[in-house]
Order: sequence, then structure tokens, then C-alpha cells
Amino acid sequence: MTLTPVLSAHWDEPDSYKISGYQRHGGYTAFKKAFATGPDEIISIVKDSGLRGRGGAGFPTGLKWSFVPQGDDKPHYLVVNADESEPGACKDTPLMMANPHSLIEGIIIAAYAMRANHAFIYIRGEIPHVFRRVDNAIREAYAAGYLGKNIMGSGFDLEVVLHAGAGAYICGEETALLDSLEGRRGQPRLKPPFPAVSGLYASPSCVNNVETIANIPYLINNGVDWFRSFGTEKSPGFKLFSVSGHVNRPGVYEAPLGITMRELLEHAGGVRNGHSVKFWLPGGSSVPMLTPDLLDTPLTYEDIAAAGSMLGTGTPMIFDETTSVVRAVTGWISFYKHESCGKCTPCREGTWWLSDVLHRFEAGHGTESDLDKLIEICEQIAGRSFCALGDAAATPFPAALKYFRDEFIQATSTPANVSFDPVAATVFAGASL
Amino acid sequence: MSISETTREQAREIIARYPQARSALLPMLHLMQAEEGYVSADGISLCAEELGLTTAEVAAVATFYTMYHRKPAGEYHIGVCINPSCGILGGDAIWEKVSGRLGIGHDEVTPDGKISLERIECQAACTHAPVMTANWEFLDNMTPESALDVIEKLAKGKEVISTRGPRIRTFKENSLTLAGFNDGLVDDGVQADEQMLAGLKRAKELGQSAPGVKI
Ligand SMILES: Cc1cc2nc3c(=O)[nH]c(=O)nc-3n(C[C@H](O)[C@H](O)[C@H](O)COP(=O)(O)O)c2cc1C
Ligand code: SF4
Ligand code: FES
Repeated sequence: MTLTPVLSAHWDEPDSYKISGYQRHGGYTAFKKAFATGPDEIISIVKDSGLRGRGGAGFPTGLKWSFVPQGDDKPHYLVVNADESEPGACKDTPLMMANPHSLIEGIIIAAYAMRANHAFIYIRGEIPHVFRRVDNAIREAYAAGYLGKNIMGSGFDLEVVLHAGAGAYICGEETALLDSLEGRRGQPRLKPPFPAVSGLYASPSCVNNVETIANIPYLINNGVDWFRSFGTEKSPGFKLFSVSGHVNRPGVYEAPLGITMRELLEHAGGVRNGHSVKFWLPGGSSVPMLTPDLLDTPLTYEDIAAAGSMLGTGTPMIFDETTSVVRAVTGWISFYKHESCGKCTPCREGTWWLSDVLHRFEAGHGTESDLDKLIEICEQIAGRSFCALGDAAATPFPAALKYFRDEFIQATSTPANVSFDPVAATVFAGASL
Repeated sequence: MSISETTREQAREIIARYPQARSALLPMLHLMQAEEGYVSADGISLCAEELGLTTAEVAAVATFYTMYHRKPAGEYHIGVCINPSCGILGGDAIWEKVSGRLGIGHDEVTPDGKISLERIECQAACTHAPVMTANWEFLDNMTPESALDVIEKLAKGKEVISTRGPRIRTFKENSLTLAGFNDGLVDDGVQADEQMLAGLKRAKELGQSAPGVKI
């Protein structure tokens, strides 16, 4: 399957992040078309396109927008989730750095469709240069009259506020994000009520991922049939795949959903020379790892699920045979332990236990009965936690054990850094340390 | 040290951006760090006063988020990404080198207050692994050598340029940026670098594109 740069088509032009660069290729024509079309019709188009949220869960975007009640008296809010913190995910960040205006135009259209006069972009605080690019795009859009009061004489008003988070993965979870945006600790809310009914400031709200919203201008300008000419029936469209790990050319590759991991890997220059794929994760550390025999699986929501994992953020990580699975899993679990917000017991306590026991394996002191213990803890966390972070924390270990039980057995007597020379796994392996 | 009047006025500017005042709290805490290099008791009091909250309510928020420091950060706050995509590809080795050279560990500051260190999690830059940050600006594709070079330059007050961003400024300066005050540096650094352009370049080499795209 071929590469299809759409969102990334002009990133090689020096002013790609400026309004001049965006408008050179027809940017800021889609929202005018949308204003002429009408809000309900826009929601129908987004529904018909089959666009699914790019934040990880793949929820149908048009359907989500239609949940925002219309004709009520309450203010509506569009909140863009720009918290990108899922380990492995690096697609929203480059998009906002190189092409932030597609996000701003998408916001105008989305807010218009759901009748929101206020939009927020919640961006993780650790990416100041991306913050600058988005901030500048907002300023340019205001100066051009595309944001503010009575935009282009349409009668539609829209204020956009850029808001920096402060370092908390859990704030990517949409209800924790809303609490954080309200100036509170970022802890998830009980659902229902869903944000569409009672979200930001207890008003109807919609939280969408950056890439989801950035798709909208392209969809509106090119139409449903065009959009559906990419991808599959259940996973239409194209996707920014960030490919990382032990590959020759790590980077962002935009392709239709349905491209296989093997094809994508080939575009990325293949696995490091002289090495072979050991395991890979299709979309972040929160999805189960897969083995090389599954590289021909099309990267769609449905095919990856059938293969036993999830597409997640669609940001594959590839590890070669120099990698200790025990070490990788221990690293990810340490992350979830660090990021657990502490609201519910299974996740708060469970991630500590998992991390504790896995560190024993990493040090070569695990026992076989510890493996049962780890599975038991995962079972106590999964499905019993307050939010999806808990489920994510319970994901890496069972998959790793399924495919690499031998390595965990080895780690009952040998430390991971003895079984696997850590230097060999680095990008500077061979160079003097 | 008490917070200046200028900062108080800037805090009010932040509050004015939001439909409800309390939403201003996170950027206000970044603003407090812009003045003091950390969130002090005075910073907490100012936020509480301006938002009509108790200091306990503000402190509860400030302590939840890892970017807020409870004691002064170094002038250059260095992060080394140890999340597996970076850690395995070299971040763990870089951490050992940097921490060893500076003689400080996670969440510690050099005695001269110049550099503080943090083991950081994924920075949405795994395509650039191993990744470091200086006052959160990207330092991509690091090696132990280039990491030590950066540290030495910053410690001596020499210029270091982010691989995807501007010259590294101080922790306080960047905190002001995150509080939403325009620093005029948007045009610094590349619009996109090699890894960000990898797919586009490959598509062009192969003559591949998205058919019929308008925009
Ligand atoms: C722990 C956790 C972290 C998340 N982080 C992000 C994130 O950084 N960005 C994002 O868009 N979605 C993230 N999500 C998913 C959001 O909750 C939400 O589903 C998404 O923003 C919806 O947007 P979409 O429908 O456009 O995909 C996260 C979910 C969880 C449970
Ligand atoms: S599952 Fe974890 S992150 Fe989610 S609410 Fe419970 S403690 Fe917090
Ligand atoms: S793991 Fe370091 S940037 Fe993602």
C-alpha cells in the first residue's frame, strides 16, 4: 500500500506552520464551505465519513458530536486533547509543530457543528516549542478574522484558548483532562454523565484528539467519497503513523489505515541492519505486544483487534532481538505506577505491586510463583479500575508472558542486563561508551 | 520572597482568558515558577487570593503535577527520557552518564543551582530516541557524549540550541512561555526535521501521494 501524505503533505515547506503556508494549498477554505453547509449537515458528513477518533479508542467522531444536545440554553465547549503522552505516540506533536493551522481550521468547523462558541486546546506542558507554534497559529487566525466575533459575517463567534498542562499522563483521559482544565487535580470523573451532557463547567462538551480534528478540513474540502477511498469500511481514512524503535528510519509516515506493519516497516527502512524484529506494539504501551509472525496484519481497528491487540494511537514501536522483554515491560509498568492518579485502589496499589515484582525479575530474583502472582494482580486491576489507565497497566505483562515465558523463567536466576547486553540495544551500540 | 506586582497583574491577565476563573490555576502556577523557579508558599498564596481558593486547595493541585517544583529548579532543568523506547535505545546509559558527571540524582539540583535533573517519561518524541530536554526544549537523538557536551555548555553558560526549537533559555523564561505569554520565538528552529519528514520524503522518492487531495 502506498504512502498518502495529506496532513503531512507540505511539512517540507519552510513556512508550513504559518498561515501563509497553510493558505497556499487551500487552507481556510473548508470552514467557509462548512458555514455555507450548516451545522447539522456537517455532523452528517462526519458521520458518513466513518472517521474514528485518533486519540486511542477509535470512537466514531460524528456520533460523538451528535451526542452534544442541540437547542439547549447551555454554552457548549469543544476541548482538543493535545496531551499526547502515551509511550510510543509521537504524531500529534509533529502535526502541531509543522501544521497547526489544520487543527485550528478543524476547530472552527467542529465548534460550528456542535454550536460551541468556546474551544480549548489542552496541550501537554513539556513541549514549549509546539506550544509556541499552536499559540502563533491561533494569533494568526484571529488576525485574519477566522476566530473571534461574527467570523466572516457568519454570525458565529468562537474564542480559542491554548492551555498548558503540567506533567500528568492521566490528564489525557478525557474526564481527568476536564478536571485539570477546571484548575483541579487531574483525576477521572465517574461516567455517566458523559462529557457530551455534563463536561467542562458541567456543560455539554466534546473532547477530541488533535489528529481527529485536523482531519476535518480535509474531509470537508474533499468529501466523504474521497475520504472513504482510503482505508477500510470500518477504518476509513488515513493516519499519521509514528514508527519508532529499532528501525533504520524512524519517523512519521502517513498512510491509509489498512497498510500492514510489514509495509510500514519497509518504508521506515526496515529493522536495524543485521537484526530482526522480536516484538512490536501497534499503538502505544497500553496495547498488547505482538510478534513478527503478525507483521502482515493490516493496521486497522478491526484487524489488529482480531490479531489480539489494539490499534490504539496507531504509533508502532518495534524492538529487535537485543531487547529484554522483561526490561521493557518493567519500564512500562514503572510508567503506569508513576502516572496512576491514586483515585482507585486496584490501580493505585496494583501498579505498585506489579512494579515491585517486575523489578525483582529485572534483577534476576523472580520466582515462578511470582508469575502467577503478576497475572493475579493484573486480573485484579483490569476491569476493576476506575478508568482505562488501570486496564492499560494490566496489559503489557500478560502479553509478554504469553510470547516470552522463557525470558521470565530466565529472569528467576539471571538479571535482564546479563541475559541481554544493554549496550547492544542502544542506537550507539558499537560506539565507545 | 514575595511575588511582584507585575506577576500579580499577569495572573489577572491569565484569569481573564477563561470563562471561569479557577481554570487559570495551571497557567498561574507556571507563572509562579517564572518568577521564583518553583511554586513557593508565596506563589500558592497569590493564586489562592486571586482565585478565592484556600491555600490548601491550591497546594493540592500544585503537588499533583510533576512540572511544578516544590523547591527551586536549576536554571537549566534537564530531563532524560527513560521510558522504554528511549531508555532501551540509550536513555538509561545517558542517565547514568549525566547523573554521574553532575553527581546528582533524580529531582536534585547541583549545589550552584545551575542544573537540576529529572528522569522523565515519554516526551512524544520516540522517533527521535534517545531524547533529552532542557527546560523542556527538545534535545533529540542524544548520545552519552552529546549529552555530556550539552550539560557542560549549559553549566558554563554557553549557548545550546534545541534540536527542534530555540536557544535554550532559563527555566524561568520558559515557564513564562507556558503561562501563555508570547516570547516571539515561534520561528526559531526548523518547521520539521528529518524524522518528521521521513514519510513525506519516502513518498516523494517513490512518487506516491494521496490521490485527488484538495487543500
Ligand atoms: C490514561 C489515558 C491517557 C490518554 N491520553 C490521551 C492523549 O494524550 N491524547 C488523546 O487524544 N487521547 C488520550 N486518551 C483518550 C481520551 O480519553 C479520549 O478518548 C480522546 O481524547 C477522545 O478523542 P477522539 O475521540 O478524537 O479519539 C487517553 C486515555 C487514557 C485512559
Ligand atoms: S485507574 Fe488509576 S489512573 Fe484511573 S482513576 Fe484509578 S488510580 Fe486513577
Ligand atoms: S520514550 Fe522517550 S520520547 Fe517516547
